Amino acid sequence: METVRKIAIPLSAIVIFFIFWEWLVWVNQWPNYKMASPSDLWPAFWKFKGLFLSYGWDTLWRTVAGLLIAIIVGTGFGMVMGLSRFMREALYPLLVGFNAIPKATLVPVIALMFVGADDMNTVMMAFLISFFPIAVSVSIGLSTLEPEYRDILKSLGASRFTIFVKIALPKTLPEFFGALKVAVTLAFIGTNLVEIIEPHGKGLGFLFDSGKISADYPLMFAVLIALAFLGILLYYIVVMLEKIFAGWAERAET
Amino acid sequence: MKEENQIEINNVTHAYQTDDGPLPVLKNLNISVPINSFVAVVGPSGCGKSTLTRLIAGLMMPDEGEVRLHGEVITSPKSSVGMAFQNPVLLEWRSILKNVLLPLEIVSNNLSQKQKVDRAMSLLSLVGLEGFEDKRPSELSGGMRQRASLCRALVHRPEVLILDEPFGALDAFTREDLWQIMHELRKEEAFTTLMITHDLRESVFLADQVVVMSGRPANSQFVLDVTLGNERTLEDLYTEKSVKMLAKLRHEIQIAQGRSTKTEENA
Repeated sequence: METVRKIAIPLSAIVIFFIFWEWLVWVNQWPNYKMASPSDLWPAFWKFKGLFLSYGWDTLWRTVAGLLIAIIVGTGFGMVMGLSRFMREALYPLLVGFNAIPKATLVPVIALMFVGADDMNTVMMAFLISFFPIAVSVSIGLSTLEPEYRDILKSLGASRFTIFVKIALPKTLPEFFGALKVAVTLAFIGTNLVEIIEPHGKGLGFLFDSGKISADYPLMFAVLIALAFLGILLYYIVVMLEKIFAGWAERAET
Repeated sequence: MKEENQIEINNVTHAYQTDDGPLPVLKNLNISVPINSFVAVVGPSGCGKSTLTRLIAGLMMPDEGEVRLHGEVITSPKSSVGMAFQNPVLLEWRSILKNVLLPLEIVSNNLSQKQKVDRAMSLLSLVGLEGFEDKRPSELSGGMRQRASLCRALVHRPEVLILDEPFGALDAFTREDLWQIMHELRKEEAFTTLMITHDLRESVFLADQVVVMSGRPANSQFVLDVTLGNERTLEDLYTEKSVKMLAKLRHEIQIAQGRSTKTEENA
């Protein structure tokens, strides 16, 4: 019953959203080039189903690769900043400054730096845009560890490494997964920035660009829906991992 | 004489470095805790009581003087110490049993996994937590969490138990339950206790000796020998003898706070 509820509620919300969208377009008599309606999307999906699959895969694997690098680098930065006040004070302004740069402006910079290395450039952008929240939350999680937690193990003669593995690391997991949920969607934005601004014949962003050039508006909207679908897919994979590794942080509903 | 004291604080002076220069917290502090006895330390807020626990645990070194455990000068944390704080600091991602087992994962011992679990389970049943070993800390009440925290502090059979206001956050009746559990634990296990508290009744009910610390920089201003027997009930707190002891402690605290200057013992 509980599982049925958990699936039925979000699913009906999505259905209601599509019905409302269809109605909105119908009642305003909007032409396709103003806003395509959901019923126009299916033909677009069907017509380009091969491209959707192969481009969708391009987008997905490059996003995931960028995200994995963001997890490794972000956790690394977070650990360094969380465990050392010196490094925190040194690195924070640099990271904030870097994060404030609109990533769209970096696309041509990177494209010129590594001409032709399209996969690498795309993965790199997904990484650059998504590692910041992970670094910040891991560093906050580690630096706000109550001293008593450390004292409990320290007073028994435990090494810093043991304290890190047994206490700091697991205690930071809820913050880490919270950041990862934000990072997932950011990584998609990074991937698509490259695919749209520097099209190189790969990815859903390129398909979107093609739709724009050939004035195929239903195709453009279909790409957006496909991206949303991939985003939801990855997000729920993260939620699942969170349940497995940090399920303890979830309080029973009262 | 020295061998009979489990904990010895000899002439300890300690200051914290702040932006406004050194802030002295302890000055020429002397406290002796005989083996297997229970000493409570009371005193005004901010008189360095928590500093004292960290010094005994070997988490900090004093600027001057020395701390000895079993006659040995402390230079680093010793696994013969168990600690419990006002905040039970249980690890939320572990079950109660696994929380209690934590020290046995750190301290070297040659116990098998089964022996470790048996040891933890016997402590848990002693404090009335049998049947809760697989629960998560968040599923337990404050008093139950504090009991689990006591079990964790004792699981590796430490010689010294350091308690830093362990019952401070509990309601009055739960606190009284925990006092009785403390007596049960002392009957079953051999350990020397130094407890920091703000509760004078608690200090009289639990301790063999109560040390009153002076205001900052603190030394020991007054030592009360609690003249209740080993078998204590809560009713004993309301006898004339107890009330007199409590009044005496109350008076000494007032002096320590600087609100009264009249003192009989110390000048």
